Amino acid sequence: MTDSVIMLRRNVKHVVRNPTTVFNAVLFPVVIMLMFVYVLGDAFNVGEDYVDYATPGLMLLAICYGLSGTSTAVASDMTKGIINRFKAMDVSRGAVLSGHVSTTVATNLIAVAAIVGVAFALGFRSAGGFLDWLGVLGLVLLTSFAAAWLTVALGLAAKSVEGAGIATVPLIMLPFFSSAIVPADKMGPGIKQFAEYQPFTPIIETMRGLLNGTPSAGTAIAAVAWCVGIALVGYLWSTATFKKRA
Amino acid sequence: MSSAIEVSGLRKAFGDKVVLDGIDLVVEAGTVFSLLGPNGAGKTTTVNVLATLMAADGGSVRVAGHDVAAETKAVRATIGVTGQFAAVDELLTGQENLQLMADLHRVADGRQVIGRLLERFDLVEAGPKLVNSYSGGMRRKLDLAMTLVGDPSIIFLDEPTTGLDPRSRRTMWDIIRELLAEGVTIFLTTQYLEEADQLADRVAVLDQGRIVAQGTPDELKRQAPGSHVRLRFAGPGDLEAAARLFAGSTRDDEALTLRVPGDGGTEPVRILLNQLHDNALHAEDFSVHTPDLDDVFLALTGRPNAEVVTK
Repeated sequence: MTDSVIMLRRNVKHVVRNPTTVFNAVLFPVVIMLMFVYVLGDAFNVGEDYVDYATPGLMLLAICYGLSGTSTAVASDMTKGIINRFKAMDVSRGAVLSGHVSTTVATNLIAVAAIVGVAFALGFRSAGGFLDWLGVLGLVLLTSFAAAWLTVALGLAAKSVEGAGIATVPLIMLPFFSSAIVPADKMGPGIKQFAEYQPFTPIIETMRGLLNGTPSAGTAIAAVAWCVGIALVGYLWSTATFKKRA
Repeated sequence: MSSAIEVSGLRKAFGDKVVLDGIDLVVEAGTVFSLLGPNGAGKTTTVNVLATLMAADGGSVRVAGHDVAAETKAVRATIGVTGQFAAVDELLTGQENLQLMADLHRVADGRQVIGRLLERFDLVEAGPKLVNSYSGGMRRKLDLAMTLVGDPSIIFLDEPTTGLDPRSRRTMWDIIRELLAEGVTIFLTTQYLEEADQLADRVAVLDQGRIVAQGTPDELKRQAPGSHVRLRFAGPGDLEAAARLFAGSTRDDEALTLRVPGDGGTEPVRILLNQLHDNALHAEDFSVHTPDLDDVFLALTGRPNAEVVTK
């Protein structure tokens, strides 16, 4: 068993034992989905069944809601003595940090699966084939991986556990200012341009295309580029902060 | 290997605040060394540098024969650290915390090691419970048990009994003595003078980043001019007469006591008692006081330190 696997097991136990984390990461996105699709959905005019429009965006939203648990877990490790114990035991910083990243990705996968399940129950239909779905899975993994590294960095940079929780709020709000809930061109001036150029929009549009069976290479390249960029920034920021703090 | 830890000229500053200003110390293998000092003296910083958690700004530090900066891995393989704040995982049970250590140390017979440690630290019942339900004393015990999973030969204990009730403190002392008996070298920091006195083979007094004295507890105590004989008399008349008899004594008229300085030996006491006898003076009460480390700290730093707790 490698150090990373040992750390992953430890973090998974944390998540499972903390009902707030489970609620925020898995149940809350489902509640939001029911709100937007089942309660408000008929009021949105997006040119197709609202559940078909909203599902990709809500999958991304589910990823974002899983992040606050990660940043607080990282901050909690850093502010308590346990990190010094790991360090003095020569557990690599890679294992400590990647343990948090893989736990986040695993939690995200469960949350996204729940969203997809509920989507089908609400009448979601996909024209995408097996390869399209594989593409969706790949993009979900990549997005989750990138967002997790960025969140680990936020948790490391935070001075307190509370601060770490607050630091992820912009990430949680960001999907609302993308094409997740409504198309960007229906938004007010300023917000509209922001929504068009922020990273989540190409990611959502790529997933939307794949799920409709009409993937677009242009948005896909932008989506992957954003993810790689965010992952790289998150990773470098994390390792630099970890070195400075621990 | 006769010396487990060798430190010379250790310096460390945070920004322009000098925390360690040239520390020299040697810890013999298989002994307890205590770094004694008030809050802010630099005790935790010293432990952090010695335990590879922090880089020094200057000087050399060798632990188990290895340089902490150049051979960090080799140092880490032989040491265990129990910090000031219990480094336990609150969301795991006591048993799982120990299992985590066993996994990370790749201990083959983990289950047996864990069982023995739970028993030794009287945590068998608490083992399957989540640590966030543990008392402060239980956390410290678990913390030390976790440190022992890796079977370290040098253990750093940073204020292991701060905040513990007297009973838990005794338990911790017993455990430290047991470890010593097993041949482990212990580097202990404390702000409790009694603790250093009770446990340590050698004590270094740290004050504002400098070691102001080093030696066995007894050697240090001899440096303090605190040894004295205390006499209590029946009335002010006798006290008055005795005070005139013994030059350099200090009197307390209210308690009717007289403090006569001595040097710790028996001869001055015999002379003192003879003088009393010759002058037909009779003391109601007689006691000899040897200085404790409190007096030592006062004598060495020239100021009573409110932060040094005599308990």
